[in-house]
Amino acid sequence: MIVRISNEGQYRLDDSHHHHLDELDDAVVAAVTRDDEDAYHEAFEELLAFVRAQGETVDADDLHPSEFILPPADLSFVEAGQEFNGEGLIPDPA
Amino acid sequence: MPGIGGRMSTVVKAKISKMLDRAEDPGDTLDYSYQKQLESLQNVKKGIADVVTAKKRLQMQSTKLEQSVVKLDTQARQALASGKEDLARLALERKNVAQTELQSLDQQVAELEAQQEKLTESEQKLRTKIESFRTKKEVIKAQYSAAEAQVRISEAATGVGEEMADVGLAMQRATDKTEQMRARADAVAELEASGTFDDLTALGSGQDDIDRQLHELSSTSQVDDELAKMKAELGPGSGEPDAAQLPEGDKS
Repeated sequence: MIVRISNEGQYRLDDSHHHHLDELDDAVVAAVTRDDEDAYHEAFEELLAFVRAQGETVDADDLHPSEFILPPADLSFVEAGQEFNGEGLIPDPA
Repeated sequence: MPGIGGRMSTVVKAKISKMLDRAEDPGDTLDYSYQKQLESLQNVKKGIADVVTAKKRLQMQSTKLEQSVVKLDTQARQALASGKEDLARLALERKNVAQTELQSLDQQVAELEAQQEKLTESEQKLRTKIESFRTKKEVIKAQYSAAEAQVRISEAATGVGEEMADVGLAMQRATDKTEQMRARADAVAELEASGTFDDLTALGSGQDDIDRQLHELSSTSQVDDELAKMKAELGPGSGEPDAAQLPEGDKS
């Protein structure tokens, strides 16, 4: 699957990572719901770091659309409230 | 409620399917789509130019403030040398304000610099994708049946559209930040226009509204420290006015 980090680029990840991505995403939602800003930054950074570490950068001339699009790394806590709610940005694996 | 990502892909997909529905020949869709992509690339370039303009404006403001800092420092020294401690204090208070603004301006310039770099990078990526689309569109036109071409066009166009939307988002964020900075810079320009950083000796020991505000703004202890330092630098006898140096100074 291809995951985009906004304003950064696309990463190709093995489908087997979907479950863990979903967990990391849920952790961000939980932090936002708790109104815990520090925890939000930590969890969001962890989610992005996982994508960067496990993903392979997609070539610039590759035209495949992304399956998931994550917000930019400088997303503020206030903005996060609009992004990370409910199931988050990565839905449960089918 | 969908987030940035959700909104982005929904908008991109809706636009592309609308485009595909309109066209009868997939080849036309491809050419039209490519044309639109080139237009968007022009907009990105314009957006980058705007950031550069904003940055230059802030840099000019910063240079002006630097000059004010130097001028106010000189005025403080002169005032102190002629025994006008009140005036020296006022000059240092204003210098303090100017310096704080200067720091914040320099930080903003650095932020804009980073944004400019990022946008230029994004533009490059988008350019590569559009170029790749151009190549792919000829292959699709030549090799695929109409039905299959539709699917491939849709995917390729979505890929480019997503990149475009992402650059659009980056531009939006850059513009928002630039606007905030502009408002701040305008406030400083207003301060300057009202004479806050102007020649103090011409003002005398003013006690207008600005002075009172400045007094509250600037940290008194910092001004005290600086005043003491300046006194020490000027050496003993600094309290004695030097009429030759400052002819307009009143002996007090």
